[in-house]
Amino acid sequence: MNPRILAATTGRILRQLRHDRRTVALLVVVPAALLTVVYYMYVDQPTPPGQPAPFDRIALVLLGFFPFIIMFLVTSIAMLRERTSGTLERLLTTPLGKLDLLFGYGIAFGLAAVVQAAVAAAVAYWLFDLDTAGSSGLVILIAAVNAVLAVALGLLCSAFARTEFQAVQFMPVVVAPQLLLCGLFVPRTEMAGWLQAVSDVLPLSYSVEALQEIGSNAEPTATMWRDLAIVGGAAVLALVLAAATLRRRSG
Amino acid sequence: MQDAIALRDLVVDRGGRRVLSGINATVPCGTVTGLLGPSGSGKTTLLRALVGVQVVTAGAVTVLGHPAGAAQLRRRVGYLTQTPSVYADLTVRENARYFAALQGRGAAQADQAVADVGLRAAAGQLVATLSGGQRSRAALACTLVGDPELLVLDEPTVGQDPVLRAELWARFHALAAAGTTLLISSHVMDEAARCDRLLLIREGRLIANDTPAAVRAATGVDDLEEAFLRMIQAVEAGTAGQEAS
Repeated sequence: MNPRILAATTGRILRQLRHDRRTVALLVVVPAALLTVVYYMYVDQPTPPGQPAPFDRIALVLLGFFPFIIMFLVTSIAMLRERTSGTLERLLTTPLGKLDLLFGYGIAFGLAAVVQAAVAAAVAYWLFDLDTAGSSGLVILIAAVNAVLAVALGLLCSAFARTEFQAVQFMPVVVAPQLLLCGLFVPRTEMAGWLQAVSDVLPLSYSVEALQEIGSNAEPTATMWRDLAIVGGAAVLALVLAAATLRRRSG
Repeated sequence: MQDAIALRDLVVDRGGRRVLSGINATVPCGTVTGLLGPSGSGKTTLLRALVGVQVVTAGAVTVLGHPAGAAQLRRRVGYLTQTPSVYADLTVRENARYFAALQGRGAAQADQAVADVGLRAAAGQLVATLSGGQRSRAALACTLVGDPELLVLDEPTVGQDPVLRAELWARFHALAAAGTTLLISSHVMDEAARCDRLLLIREGRLIANDTPAAVRAATGVDDLEEAFLRMIQAVEAGTAGQEAS
């Protein structure tokens, strides 16, 4: 990796995003709008004794989940565009290293996710009185790391897609199992053993657990830091695998 | 004179089909060499092999003394793809500055490269809003910006108006005079006369590798298109003769 090339690549991706005002608007507005829907869905639901209010419980997890889904999709399509437009092949004939490109995407879309998560968190905390024992800054941090994980998985999956149609099909494959098994619908400890085993190897389970730790503890816990490290580690692993599947030569 | 490019028995298969079957050729440094042949003859595959993005079935490709695709060549070789590989959602200037940064060059050099291809007035325009010819010149600016020693250009003058085409060829010769080696593909035969040397390929085989004057002398016709036609007929007559015997 070369810091100058990495910075130029990150800047180039952010500049592309800046020219696409509609995408920027969608990135910022959609999670906040969906949280509004969730708030009114649960506004009249009773709070079970000894548990957080339903909106607090669900909104907290969604704050981490929205960047994951959206950045996975955005990255899969962006990388596929690099492939089909020929810019990827052109880049691979320059001094740019594969990791410069992949980390450039991770950093650029990670930064975009911080903005997105900050807006969604502001809406949740100020407009809808989201109540968490821990700090909202940590919630945004987890959301950002989730986004980087999504970017990494998107880059990896795009290596196996030849067309946009195929790339989009990877979203349910990668996202849906993690959403179902992360502990939002059924607590992980109450799942059948084999489902729990699957859940244990899905990185998003750890980011949901980290968010729940923030929800119920005023100070960051050791479990939260461990979970954050697992999600970050999974992101780096996916980026390295993506670099390994990116070939300079093709047939 | 040292050779910028040396191809030895280059064989490339793509999608189960033989695209290049045993090409042997050299390109001397500081020349403008035209790679000519009809559409589908293997020109782009040959250029991709030179810049190291094509899987090669057999043979050796040596570029500036190194095997094609070697890491140290990425600063020294500039590649223009046939369909302009620039970011449609960035301006011409932003594209040039990004590719300049990859080669360790600054914004001033990027802006100069944009001016050199006649796009100064369109520098702030998004590439998506450019005409086909302008888009291909934007890509050319991104290729020229690192001052590479070898330029591999895949149909750089397609879609350009005659005045611009003449300007681009003048620029290519100025670069060659300053020591740059250029390999330029084209399927338009009237561009052949502008080259110092010619490589003619057809169906993955090299049919001619000579100067335009020598090609004219060998075939006895002045028009290069006619000359190539005769060479192709001669080669095919030879093959047919072998098959008959």
